[in-house]
Amino acid sequence: MRSVCKKLYIAFILLLLYAPIITLVVLSFNASKTRAKWGGFTMKWYGSLFKNEQIMGALYTTLLLAILSALIATLIGTAAAIAMNGMQAKARMYFTAVTNIPMLNADIVTGISLMLLFLAFDAVFGFKTVLLAHITFNIPYVILSVLPKLKQTNRSVYEAALDLGATPVYAFFKVVFPDILPGVLSGFFLSFTMSLDDFIITHFSKGPGLDTLSTKIYTEVKKGIKPEMYALSTLMFMTVLVLIVLVNYIPDAGSKLQKEKALKE
Amino acid sequence: MKNKKHLLSFPYLFWSAGFILIPLCMIFFYGFTDKQLHFTFENVASVAEPENVKALLISILLALISTAICVLLAYPLALILSRSAIKNSGFMIFVFILPMWMNFLLRTLAWQTLLEKNGVINMILSFLHLPNLNIINTPYAIILGMVYNFLPFMILPIYNALVKIDPNVINAARDLGANGLQTFLYVIFPLSIPGLISGITMVSVPALTTFVISDMLGGGKILLIGNVIEQEFKQANNWHVGSGLSIVLMLFILLAMGLTAKYDKEGGSYF
Repeated sequence: MRSVCKKLYIAFILLLLYAPIITLVVLSFNASKTRAKWGGFTMKWYGSLFKNEQIMGALYTTLLLAILSALIATLIGTAAAIAMNGMQAKARMYFTAVTNIPMLNADIVTGISLMLLFLAFDAVFGFKTVLLAHITFNIPYVILSVLPKLKQTNRSVYEAALDLGATPVYAFFKVVFPDILPGVLSGFFLSFTMSLDDFIITHFSKGPGLDTLSTKIYTEVKKGIKPEMYALSTLMFMTVLVLIVLVNYIPDAGSKLQKEKALKE
Repeated sequence: MKNKKHLLSFPYLFWSAGFILIPLCMIFFYGFTDKQLHFTFENVASVAEPENVKALLISILLALISTAICVLLAYPLALILSRSAIKNSGFMIFVFILPMWMNFLLRTLAWQTLLEKNGVINMILSFLHLPNLNIINTPYAIILGMVYNFLPFMILPIYNALVKIDPNVINAARDLGANGLQTFLYVIFPLSIPGLISGITMVSVPALTTFVISDMLGGGKILLIGNVIEQEFKQANNWHVGSGLSIVLMLFILLAMGLTAKYDKEGGSYF
């Protein structure tokens, strides 16, 4: 009885979280152009999607932004985390505090502050300003993913490598880096996801000519969303779903994960 | 070696100064000056104007309610999941981060379709001969939107805190004669407080400052403080008043940050 209740409760929360997603998937097959009416099943939006240059342009901008900002943030953030791990308390406090600011501050305030900065420097609002903004809010996610892994690494192994004649850089890449790699990767993917899903900060740091998927949807809300948008988001969602399921449940990868876990314990 | 390691922090040192600290200072600069760049308190004081007070109060109220609902929904779930057979936290994060891959504006918009007068939920309700739900374009819809969007940020930190609890501690409590309720009240709950506090911060700050959810589900009738600030910047082009209001907003966020710093010593337990 109790376990039935528990399962029902989990199902209820999952329903809450996934109901809008199911709705959007259904809408992507809706022949009627308005989302209020069901006009029969169709696949035509999936076809016209690839001919819609505006949406494809926004998709390209969004993906490019996500990849570049996640890459740069991962580089800067991982380097910072490694430095922070070996820092004295005082210097470390500055970095911890400054990392917490974009994490805890409201997106709207972060967005506005960057907009004011770009205005002060007479920057042209466009791809570059949005990229700078995305890197800024992504770095903390990388740092917070990498730092815990660094704390778990065993310093003596690294020192042993040095004693055996490895240079610090070689020892780092041979000994420390494999240990923190999962943290670096999750920082990268987290950054990528955050960049992809961001609207508020992009809204304040973009110029009139540039659109990401988010800002495009925001301007379309009042006029009515183009059904191709539903098709695109369904495709993106399914792609990620399949990718993650493959990575997690391919037997080989799965047993590797378990091995790692066993080693940790 | 030590010196070389410090070099690694330089990119972030400059980046954080240029793109985090200086921009924050700019908000204070604009917030405390008028258009001729003379010092003034007027922008910050404009929060006392009736419509701004109203917006701020509604924002605080809605943020409090939706944070409370998130706690009530997330805690039992985190408790159930932390005890379940699924010990793979990667799977957990996957299930709750996955929705983010569908654009959050579209997901919020989908609630319009679900909540509308002739929407999906009302169709199901009338099929079951239950009274209809008419909450679209009301504060209730905004609360629903906030709970929906921010719930994962409450679930994950609480779950992480609960998973970290050593099962031996719980067994010890049971061995010493505590019943289930006592074990929860005196052992499990106190140990989960850091996660709970970071969850509360992660939910209340965006809930307090959102302008998108109120835009989409409130039908443009309900202005939150976020909407007021957004309009000052994007429509009225009055950066000074907008910055002044942001400073007031930051005071509330600082309050939340202070709370987090006090309870969450570990930091970064969100993911």
